Amino acid sequence: MTGAADIAPEPEGLPEELIAEHGINAEEYERLLAELGREPTITELGVFSVMWSEHCSYKSSRVWLKKLPTTGPQVIQGPGENAGVVSLGDGQAAVFKMESHNHPSYIEPYQGAATGVGGIMRDVFTMGARPIANMNALRFGSPSHPKTRHLVSGVVSGIGDYGNCMGVPTIGGETNFDPRYNDNILVNAMCVGLVDANRIFKSAAKGVGLPVVYVGSKTGRDGIHGATMASAEFDESSEEKRPTVQVGDPFTEKLLLEACLELMNEDVIIAIQDMGAAGLTSSSVEMADKGGVGIDLDLDLVPMREEGMTAYEMLLSESQERMLMVLKPGSEPVAERIFKKWELDFAVIGKTTDTGHFVARHNGIVEADIPLPALAHAAPVYERPYEKSEPLPMIAPGDVQAPPSILSALERLLGSPHLSSRRWIYEQYDHMVMADTVQRPGGDAGVVRIHGTGKGLAISCDVTPRYCAADPFEGGKQAVAECWRNLTATGAKPLAITDCLNFGNPERPEIMGQFVGAIEGMAEACNILHFPVVSGNVSLYNETNGVAIPPTPAVGGVGLIADIAQMADMALKAEGDVLLLLGAEAGHLGQSIYMSVMEDRLDGAPPPVDLGKERATGDLIRGFIKAGTVNAVHDVSDGGLLVAIAEMALAGKRGVELEAATEGLPAHAIWFGEDQTRYVVTATPDHVDTIKDVASVYDVPVRVLGTVGGDTITLPGEAPLPLGMLRAAYEDWLPRFMTRG
Amino acid sequence: MKASIIVFPGSNCDRDAAVALRSAMGAAPDMVWHGDSELPDSDLILLPGGFSYGDYLRSGAMAAHSPIMREVVRRAKAGTPVLGICNGFQVLTEAGLLPGVLMRNATLRFICKDVLLKVERTDTPFARHYTPAQVVRIPIAHKDGCYFADPATLHLLENENRIAFRYCEEDGTVTDAANPNGSSDNIAGIYNETGTVLGMMPHPERLIDPVQSGTDGAKMFSSLVETLH
Repeated sequence: MTGAADIAPEPEGLPEELIAEHGINAEEYERLLAELGREPTITELGVFSVMWSEHCSYKSSRVWLKKLPTTGPQVIQGPGENAGVVSLGDGQAAVFKMESHNHPSYIEPYQGAATGVGGIMRDVFTMGARPIANMNALRFGSPSHPKTRHLVSGVVSGIGDYGNCMGVPTIGGETNFDPRYNDNILVNAMCVGLVDANRIFKSAAKGVGLPVVYVGSKTGRDGIHGATMASAEFDESSEEKRPTVQVGDPFTEKLLLEACLELMNEDVIIAIQDMGAAGLTSSSVEMADKGGVGIDLDLDLVPMREEGMTAYEMLLSESQERMLMVLKPGSEPVAERIFKKWELDFAVIGKTTDTGHFVARHNGIVEADIPLPALAHAAPVYERPYEKSEPLPMIAPGDVQAPPSILSALERLLGSPHLSSRRWIYEQYDHMVMADTVQRPGGDAGVVRIHGTGKGLAISCDVTPRYCAADPFEGGKQAVAECWRNLTATGAKPLAITDCLNFGNPERPEIMGQFVGAIEGMAEACNILHFPVVSGNVSLYNETNGVAIPPTPAVGGVGLIADIAQMADMALKAEGDVLLLLGAEAGHLGQSIYMSVMEDRLDGAPPPVDLGKERATGDLIRGFIKAGTVNAVHDVSDGGLLVAIAEMALAGKRGVELEAATEGLPAHAIWFGEDQTRYVVTATPDHVDTIKDVASVYDVPVRVLGTVGGDTITLPGEAPLPLGMLRAAYEDWLPRFMTRG
Repeated sequence: MKASIIVFPGSNCDRDAAVALRSAMGAAPDMVWHGDSELPDSDLILLPGGFSYGDYLRSGAMAAHSPIMREVVRRAKAGTPVLGICNGFQVLTEAGLLPGVLMRNATLRFICKDVLLKVERTDTPFARHYTPAQVVRIPIAHKDGCYFADPATLHLLENENRIAFRYCEEDGTVTDAANPNGSSDNIAGIYNETGTVLGMMPHPERLIDPVQSGTDGAKMFSSLVETLH
């Protein structure tokens, strides 16, 4: 009874313009006809358009994603499920993923960002995990662009309102301002959850005749074609896409979280999948396909928010806070009781079948009847042509002008949009709810205690887009290495990453070249650092009128701290401690913040990363932390050595007396160069020789920088810089920017 | 000592409060669902932080009409100590157990950070372990924490010594600069007439262990346990 005979496609076929509007090109339409063996109905065209969209099918990126390492002894679940899973020992596991919500956030920043957070949390609790920490990575346009303030304000309050209401702490992230994001901001949200390793829920609906259950919010017309929108570039008419942005309700999601976790204790769920991009269509197709069964949906049974919706609209709606589950037969009453308790909709809307088809009926008419492989596996896979850019020349330190005063330059850098405090942002996020936050935002990584234990999870989001734009391969390497470094700086053992690959239009060879380069760089770093990718998301077409964003492969990493009593942070701890630099100095100023702020240019090659040295230096640092040899640790990144020292001084509310940089390099290259694979540590004077001795075994250079003390930053030959002045410069920029105008 | 924590749909600090109480009491509190109408024997009733009913309508307004609240009000009036933290404070004002209202912060933004509080009173079951005029560090996390009451009510609160905590500077002076949300008279928490119902915006349950970077909140729970055991 699910045969094609029941279905009534347009006898003349669908108009060409309609097909094109669905983002399906002529070649893809031929493929569709071949898969289906007939003309599609309009509903089926809609289903194909979302399932074959770039967003759902990864058709441009799939061949390259295979280059990323995804395995390791710690990996329980790699890419392919709602989120990745790594073991934390003691029978526990971390479930995590990062996802983009770029296109909707530009059009409607508050709802776009809020639903991005809601979506990523659903991915995590769908797998049975309680979310325990959120992070986000945000890229905005130039502060002088007229829309930037509005976008920052909307995105931050959208993220805050959603995560705060859910009661999940947002413990860090990163924010960049760069004119190349003026017309395409990036909002990447990451969620980490905790689960018992033997109670992980997956999405394969194995078994025929099983009830398919819909829970959560009712279905409305919001978000129709969201996935298709996210698979096209913007132009002047983008504002008109506002109706394709979903609307979030964090209160309902909080109820959904609690109801799902309560039901998961009952041993009745066979498969569960959240309704994210492409809603009911994508969730039911994925569950049936992974289970090797067919699925029959009766759309008349779907809880509806508004009247008169068509099958097409119901299948493509991206209304939020909904889940689809396949239950053990007979367990419906148990599930219904729990969902009613939490005042959520519950409806059995279909069953699994042995037909291998996706079938949707509405008002007694079969509106779609499609073989599942056509939707799940027959999506086109493109090996798009790519062109890698020529590497840029290395810039000699002397080719970047020295400042009149090193300390005034420091003050200017820390007061710039690039390096100023993000307090205005993170104070709008509840970063302490759940009462397990042991390292708050503003440090190298956020750290949460694993509830009820003495262990901790360190989490960090990283990428340096200006490096990636200059050299995608080195930039991809650096993103992974910096994340690994930030986790290491807390004493954590880095476990694995999730990624969010944000790029322009892949149909342009130079963009595809950036993508390929970044993946190759990331893969090399992941391999050498034993830091596999367990989940992720690709966001392409981040461009407007043919101008693309800088390649932005954001990396979100998770590391394990065996004993939080031994955790390190960057705050200077005690007068008289000695400040040391570990790592080699080359004074690399190409693509540096110094060059950008002082000379208003970004030229040359980014600093290279030597991954072998990275690993050795990180292992050394972790050893020092564990042994209690060091009192404070901070990695050197944006802005260079002096910026790192200043951040440690501000965090510890203590000054430093620095010695002159005596290397054979210009002073500004020493203090502001962005050479990679370096950490600043402090130690009591009696530990300095041990540090030097052990480091020499690892072949890591050590230089004494100065001493902790006082309330100024002091450099020979310059007027001391009071910490109060530096703090004012550091803290003032963002609040002043946000209240101006 | 026996304690009950009321769980509303959207409560999200209920577990944190339970951890704090358990570590002070040595036993787990009862978690009571908002839809219940019976309340177990309780020496203390705690209304936790969160976003009951999503803060829809007004913060705390819908939770104040939950079935269990009738019993909470009855017990409070009979003298059982009640502690409302953050959203719990909002519920207590909406239920009429405490005067005034919590409005949107003056900045119109959510604020999460540690603040300094001056302990205005120590002769209650909640504050016995603090010293008079002690300055304590406790975090806030709210969007609707601006305490407002008419001048007559503020006058009454002052005269009856019902102000529990005020936002202050490190030396205990009460200044506008120390006021994070625009609250009248820097009020961070208030008592009822008998000093047995306390509503406060800051979250003492979040700083009870040195790894959370502070322990000033723990004294409230130890004080309750010593008084009510």
